[in-house]
Amino acid sequence: MFENFFSDPNTLFMGAVTGLAFGFLLQKGGVTRFNVIMGQFLFKDFTVLKIMLTAIITGAIGIYGMRALGLEFSLHIKNTALLGNATGGLIFGSGMAILGYCPGTGIAAIGDGSRHAIFGVLGMLVGTALYAEAYPWIKSYILEVGNFGKVNFEMVTGLSSWWFIVVLLISSGVGFSALERWEQRH
Amino acid sequence: MKSILTQSRWSPYGVGVGIGMLSWVTFALMDKALGASTTLVRTVAAIERTITPSHVYSNEYFSRYLGTVADPLPIVEWQFALVVMMVFGAMLSSWLSGSQSHENIPRLWKWRFGPTKGLRYAGAFLGGVILLFGARLAGGCTSGHGISGGLQLAVSSWVFFMCMFVAGVVTTFLMYGKKGREHV
Repeated sequence: MFENFFSDPNTLFMGAVTGLAFGFLLQKGGVTRFNVIMGQFLFKDFTVLKIMLTAIITGAIGIYGMRALGLEFSLHIKNTALLGNATGGLIFGSGMAILGYCPGTGIAAIGDGSRHAIFGVLGMLVGTALYAEAYPWIKSYILEVGNFGKVNFEMVTGLSSWWFIVVLLISSGVGFSALERWEQRH
Repeated sequence: MKSILTQSRWSPYGVGVGIGMLSWVTFALMDKALGASTTLVRTVAAIERTITPSHVYSNEYFSRYLGTVADPLPIVEWQFALVVMMVFGAMLSSWLSGSQSHENIPRLWKWRFGPTKGLRYAGAFLGGVILLFGARLAGGCTSGHGISGGLQLAVSSWVFFMCMFVAGVVTTFLMYGKKGREHV
């Protein structure tokens, strides 16, 4: 049963180092805290969006920049199944509001000392098990609706990814600097 | 250096840049994208496999991650190591700043639903069930879709991100109302 249970040590080491850094950053960012995540959904504390959009923009510039410079590595785009992505996102968002964490921040929150997050993670295991049982039905009735494959905006619109990156960068820059001024006044 | 590490909070923009740069490393050097929730599928598959292997191997969804009886795929792989070590990364960070949370019931929850620990634990459990059902249906979570997919400008991930945010806001306001803002 335990044959091939572990990947090679090198792969595990790389995953472990990445996880250590990721967990560290999430805690330093404050998003291992229920109050910070719920503060975002209540539009009181914008930490979650600040971290996510900055990570997305930084990541996009680096990934598409390195590829433009000729570095060869593959993208890991997830499949587009519009009905599944949308209903999954809606269900996920409600669960996130009830738990006060997403999967990554909930798991990291255990390390930060949050005790109720432990019950959240146990629930996550049950949710996963339920999904696996429902999968045959979901696959035939939901996942085939709006299935466009592994596409990004460049593939769909024909416009270079850089246009989207520039729009994201400018709109976030304008939005966040206005937000910072607003936060200073209140 | 020491003073940075012992600070309890960093600028969210700094943290965002850090996570973005971490994704450069995972894509370019490891051929991987940051994610978390797939590991839960492997965990559940491995647990159920010890109880009822035939059921697990005949399940189409588990088989994608488990492989076959003759040729099983690893359970503890790159992302599994990542998820386990996330706990320790967060622990290290909070220890360095001496700011462990030890939270049983968040202030906002207590204000709305009272000080019963069991009720909060049940709520957290239920939230977790809903959260992961949604994550697997959508094909990823806030890390895999939100950050990794978002930065690749993937259509699936931006659809997920928008829907997740709208549902999170609506559910939060249904649960706590505008007055909740005074308690976070």
